[in-house]
Amino acid sequence: MTLLLPPFLFFYAAIACLLLGNAKQRSIILIVVPLISLVWIAFTDTGSHASLEMAGLTLEFMRVDRLSRIFGIIFSIAAFLSALYAWHVKDIMQQVATLGYAGAAIGGVFAGDLLTLFLYWEGTAVTSVFLIWARRTEGAYHTGIRYLIIQVLSGVLLLMGLLLHYRDTGSLAFEAMTLGTLGTWLIFLSFGMKCAFPLMHNWLQDSYPAATVTGTVVLSAFTTKMAVYALARGFPGTEILIYIGAVMTLFPIFFAEIENDLRRVLAYSLNNQLGFMVVGVGIGTPMAINGTAAHAFCHILYKALLFMSVGAVLYRTGTSKASELGGLYKTMPKTAIFCLIGAASISAVPLFSGFVSKSLILSAAGNQGYWLVWGALLIASAGVLSHSGIKIPFTAFFAKDSGKRPAEAPTHMLWAMGITAALCIGIGVAPGALYALLPYDVEYHPYSFDHVLTQFQLLAFALLAFIVLMKTGLHPHEMKATNIDSDWIYRRITPRLVPVVGRAIDTGWSGITQTLVGLFGRGVAQIGKFSEPRGLLARGWGINSMVLILTALMGLVLLFNFGKS
Amino acid sequence: MTFSEQLPALQIVIPLLGAPLCVLLRHARGAWLVTLVCNIACTLVALALVAATRDGEIIRYALGGWAAPTGIEYYIDIVNATVLLVVSFISSVVCLYAWNGAEKEVPLDRHYLFYTGWLLCVTGLLGIVITGDAFNAFVFLEISSLATYLLISLGRERNALTAAFRYLVMGSIGASFILIGVGFLYAATGTLNMVDLSERIPQAESTRTVLIAFTFLAIGLMIKAAIFPLHAWLANAYHYAPVTVTALLSGTATKVSLYLLLRFFFNIFGTEYSFGQMLLNYILLPGAIVGFVVMSAVAIFQTDLRRMLAYSSVAQIGYIVAAICLVTPLGISAGIVHIINHAMIKAALFMATGCIIYRLGHAHIQSLGGVAKSMPVTTAAFIVAGLSLIGVPLTAGFVSKFNLIAAMLEKGWWIAAALILMSSLMATIYIGRVVEIMIFRKPRLATPESSGTREAPLMMLLPLWGLIAISIFFGVFGSETLSIAASGAERLLDGRLIEAVTATAAQAGSMEVSQ
Repeated sequence: MTLLLPPFLFFYAAIACLLLGNAKQRSIILIVVPLISLVWIAFTDTGSHASLEMAGLTLEFMRVDRLSRIFGIIFSIAAFLSALYAWHVKDIMQQVATLGYAGAAIGGVFAGDLLTLFLYWEGTAVTSVFLIWARRTEGAYHTGIRYLIIQVLSGVLLLMGLLLHYRDTGSLAFEAMTLGTLGTWLIFLSFGMKCAFPLMHNWLQDSYPAATVTGTVVLSAFTTKMAVYALARGFPGTEILIYIGAVMTLFPIFFAEIENDLRRVLAYSLNNQLGFMVVGVGIGTPMAINGTAAHAFCHILYKALLFMSVGAVLYRTGTSKASELGGLYKTMPKTAIFCLIGAASISAVPLFSGFVSKSLILSAAGNQGYWLVWGALLIASAGVLSHSGIKIPFTAFFAKDSGKRPAEAPTHMLWAMGITAALCIGIGVAPGALYALLPYDVEYHPYSFDHVLTQFQLLAFALLAFIVLMKTGLHPHEMKATNIDSDWIYRRITPRLVPVVGRAIDTGWSGITQTLVGLFGRGVAQIGKFSEPRGLLARGWGINSMVLILTALMGLVLLFNFGKS
Repeated sequence: MTFSEQLPALQIVIPLLGAPLCVLLRHARGAWLVTLVCNIACTLVALALVAATRDGEIIRYALGGWAAPTGIEYYIDIVNATVLLVVSFISSVVCLYAWNGAEKEVPLDRHYLFYTGWLLCVTGLLGIVITGDAFNAFVFLEISSLATYLLISLGRERNALTAAFRYLVMGSIGASFILIGVGFLYAATGTLNMVDLSERIPQAESTRTVLIAFTFLAIGLMIKAAIFPLHAWLANAYHYAPVTVTALLSGTATKVSLYLLLRFFFNIFGTEYSFGQMLLNYILLPGAIVGFVVMSAVAIFQTDLRRMLAYSSVAQIGYIVAAICLVTPLGISAGIVHIINHAMIKAALFMATGCIIYRLGHAHIQSLGGVAKSMPVTTAAFIVAGLSLIGVPLTAGFVSKFNLIAAMLEKGWWIAAALILMSSLMATIYIGRVVEIMIFRKPRLATPESSGTREAPLMMLLPLWGLIAISIFFGVFGSETLSIAASGAERLLDGRLIEAVTATAAQAGSMEVSQ
């Protein structure tokens, strides 16, 4: 029975897929397995369900408690939805990678000890990279390598950290830790890398938009949220996280605003949303942890929905560049509506899912007296509104008519988007079910007067701008309207400064990374020169040189020791 | 005289008598059967010896009834009983595999010679391990080396001859160094018996003679154990030998030399002398560390699977040596555990490679596309063994690597621990690269030999998977190997075999009386 638990189930399915020749059968497996996993997780009692004594260590594979359960549930749902969305995919590489990736992420969430966590931590890295490589272009290959290096590096840090932690405490259990020792710092850093902390975030924007249409949807769900879970489990109430999170919510706005590729815009906004969750972890009160879990839950859904709709556009038109799109609502009305629902959710419009989760974090910040942070989050919310809530649906589906008349998204994509959209609205309208799943029992009513009012204050101007844009967007020279809209929202920041600062940081940062990557590449090439079969280190050394080395070594030893006797 | 008291002699006599039997039979399959039976018998004997020495017992067996100073003595404690078991077990498994594995690589009319060489090689290896006489160890070393040169030269490619020749020269230099070392020891102490040596060296240890003996032995053993930078013979030998032979050697030959190194420097010279005065770790450790980093990197860039695994072997030997250099109980037991685990893992990897060569006729990494489809069972075996090599939890490789790193951290060797992690990362790359090609790359072009590829014969897959199953078993239930290794480490660190004399004098006496 132990061997049939959800993470393993995914791996068996992945192996089965490797052996199955029929793409449709594989697609069915891809859809069914997450559902089984969902049922198992939802109906299993809390407690440890599988542990193993290994060489004096206890490995706990299946620790179900309320915190891990909600993440397990949403991961299963996300796996199901992305599988449905990817029904048309026949590429065995993507299908196997998706199963392995989802399994590793779910396994990581249920890991009761750091070693098991490490195993799955690396598991998500090596499986997910195939979703990027699946594009099979030269660029995607290099992006994948860069992505893999960062992800595996994060795993190595985790391993070193856990070894040190084990030495310090004698325990591998994955429980709340306090920063202080080198071990805990390394673990923290490793989580931070996967969670895309500021200055460690670049892999995300680099890789997610580079994956396949369906791959991005899968990628957006797991890796970073697994890191959020790990932070919530390992470092709740660590104050530094509040400030890291606040910075995370703010800085992607600059980039998202100037970005032309819609999938990259979404990647930046993903970063910004993670910031909210990190702030929640940093505050660490039951309400804040609830907020983080709830926000992760909702975020996975609406972010997937947005990536799905932009993906559908990319699938039909072959581009996701804002400048090449526009007016698609005429032939893709359903996709447009779903995109709007996703946009409304991410903008935290009342009655949509983002509202009920984000307000939990905002209230928690307010309750604890972090007013500065609260303000930052509010500004960030406005930023979200601008680039995800307005820019995405507007440039893709409305705005200047690009003349493209693509067909509506395929039926299975519509179904996937429809179910996701229904979940987004359902959670927004009736948050009780979601709240019941949360780690702590907290009495909370999102639809109180002041919450709704705050949110509407924020939304009012933006909605106004949105309507103006919708009305004028059909006119060819109204692209300027976007500028008006952003300077309305960032009224405290000089409008021209935004792109300049953004571009400066972007150029500087990419300059640094490019140099590093270049150096790394040159280093590898140099090693390769010595190491290839004809190279100095690897060709069969002649007897002469072998004896020469031997003699030298012997001389060294004698020289070393001769004075002693 | 009971049967069980003669076990130490049987360990050597069985394969030694099997070898001429093979020549007399002059029949390919018959020789195989003889070899298999001998190997299995050896494994059973070794198992009995492990059981007998498990609780710290020491067996001293005077060969032919001649007592120690005059005659040759076999000396068995938990350390070499374990190595005996590893050698004879790996040899049995690979022998089972050789039924199909060797048939395409070695001409059928030479099979009886092939198996004769095999048995002699095993005789030599087991002899090195079991003997308690320094000169006798050299004799067995020569027996195994000569047989090994023969086995390597049977490889199909012309390069096999040069590889064998190079190995012959380097191996002979190594063996002569060991002989010179033993000679100087005899000059300094007047004895060749290991127990006596360990007692008398302390009185003579300040002499230059012992210093010279030490140096020659150290260098000689480094060559035989392929410790970086004296590893260069290994890559060609492993690459061009018949892959069945490589599987056998990778699991046994270097491990036996490592055992001899442990025995000489911990027990005979003594820990204090070797590591305290002579600073042996300053000789071994730099090579070991540079070895496992550089050789892992070299493995990444190889184009032939066998060569890649050969360099990976040098890197793994580096781990073992680095662990030994810690000179702590934890470190040495990590080294012993890795000797056991790596023997199984690397033999399994070479066996999987052999399956591929059996069907494809080559092991060029770039041309392995589509292997996963045509040979799924072999590919799965390669992946599992590869994961174990990397050190993924639940595999044997993890148990050794975890203990290794824990031992390093215990001593505060942060950098070395980090470098081990780095080289594990490189192992991920070189294994992952092969697996990626096997699974995701299409077969290059449908050449006649690759289009009809199918799964390797059952007689190759069964031993392969048997070995993998056992290595997984040791990964999940690692405590048994760990406790054996821990008591072995205790024996090695404890000293100069001295208390062995007092503690088991009565038992040894009874054994002599009984003959």
